[in-house]
Order: sequence, then C-alpha cells, then structure tokens
Amino acid sequence: MRVRVLYFAAARERAGTSEEWLDWEGDLTVEELWREVVQKHPSLGSLTSCMSFAVNREYAPKTQLLRDGDEVAFIPPVSGGSSTEERAV
Amino acid sequence: MIELVHEPIDLNRVLTAVANTGAGAIVTFIGTTREKNEGRQVIRLEYEAYEPMALTELERIAREAQQRWPICTIAVVHRLGEVPLGEASVVIAVSAAHRADAFAACRYVIDELKKSVPIWKKEFFEGGEVWIGTQDGERLPPSWLSIPEG
Repeated sequence: MRVRVLYFAAARERAGTSEEWLDWEGDLTVEELWREVVQKHPSLGSLTSCMSFAVNREYAPKTQLLRDGDEVAFIPPVSGGSSTEERAV
Repeated sequence: MIELVHEPIDLNRVLTAVANTGAGAIVTFIGTTREKNEGRQVIRLEYEAYEPMALTELERIAREAQQRWPICTIAVVHRLGEVPLGEASVVIAVSAAHRADAFAACRYVIDELKKSVPIWKKEFFEGGEVWIGTQDGERLPPSWLSIPEG
C-alpha cells in the first residue's frame, strides 16, 4: 500500500518536506501512520497532542483505516486568531 | 465567490460578487494584519493553506450559512503568502434582504473559518517567528481528532 503524506506549516518545517510517499504492508490507520512519520521525523513528536488529520481532503478520525493511494494531510492548529470574546473566556 | 489569492484582495470585486437587487443589506468583514500580538512587535505575516481542502471547507461553511439564514449571496476571499501589516488577509461579504441575517451569517462564516479551514499564519516578530496556534499544547482540537502523546 502506498499513501501520499502532506505536511503543512509547523509540521512541514519540522519534517523538512511538504510531501512524501510512504509504502506499507497490511492495514494501517491514520494514528499508526502518524507514529511512523514521528519515528522518521522525531521533531514532529511534540506536535502530537495538537495535530488533526485529513484523508482525501476531509477531516478524519485517527482510527480511520487507510487505503492504497489515499492522500493524508497532517494539520497543525489552524491560524485561528482569537476574537476578544474567546480571550475573555 | 470562494477564492484563495496570492495578491492584494480587491474589495470592489468581492462586493460586486454579492450585489443583489433582492438584498437590503450587505455586511462585510475584513480581517487585517495587526502590528502587535501578545506584546510582540510584528514585522510581517505569512499565510499558508492546504488549498484544495481550504476551498472545500469554505464552500461547506458558506453552504451551512445559507441553510441557517435567509441570505442572498456569500463571498469569501482569503489572501495567502506574505501580507504586509495593515492589509486585508481575509474578506467576507454577505448580502441579505435584512441586515440582522447578513450580520449573523457573516459572523458565523468568519468564526467557522477560524476553527476549521486549513490555513496557517506565521508571525515574524522582533527576535523570532512562530506559527500561530502551534505553540505546543496551546490550542487543542476536539479530542476525537487528537492522539495521546507517545
């Protein structure tokens, strides 16, 4: 199985690349893929707690099983910018 | 009109896109780049997007707003790349028969945009740079999207 992995923003800088293909034998979930890429790029590890995931351009749960040819994006917190109300909470 | 652009946003184009003879109001939101953030003197800002997914998410948000309020048209344009201080990074315009609906829908679109659209902002300030939101552990997504450390 082959999946295309995309990195953005802080994840892109830490991985040192914006995309790569990863080959895998057998079943693989989004979470397992993340663990693989953290092994490959250890500086991604500290982003684990704030990372979201997308499969084929839609947000996906970490338990989602990947299929051959899937496009997986690792999504750090989006640019946000809090409103004053959020700050007050 | 849902667009990501790499040049200054043309406000007139956005307004023209929502002009409608059935509308009694057009509400706009313009997000601009601020020179001070959390006490830091900002030098410049850069925006990066997962473009195809950002467009899909923006279209979903605009569709949701259309379903929630009786509005005519929505336009969203987000600028990417370097945005000089004081310039618009995002413009939202909503036309509706009545202003209350236009205000509510416009507010909804910008708030949802900030939560889920994969666009990131890097702040360059005196003495460093930071991806906003990525200070480790500062903002957590819904728990079903996150993975425990380890």
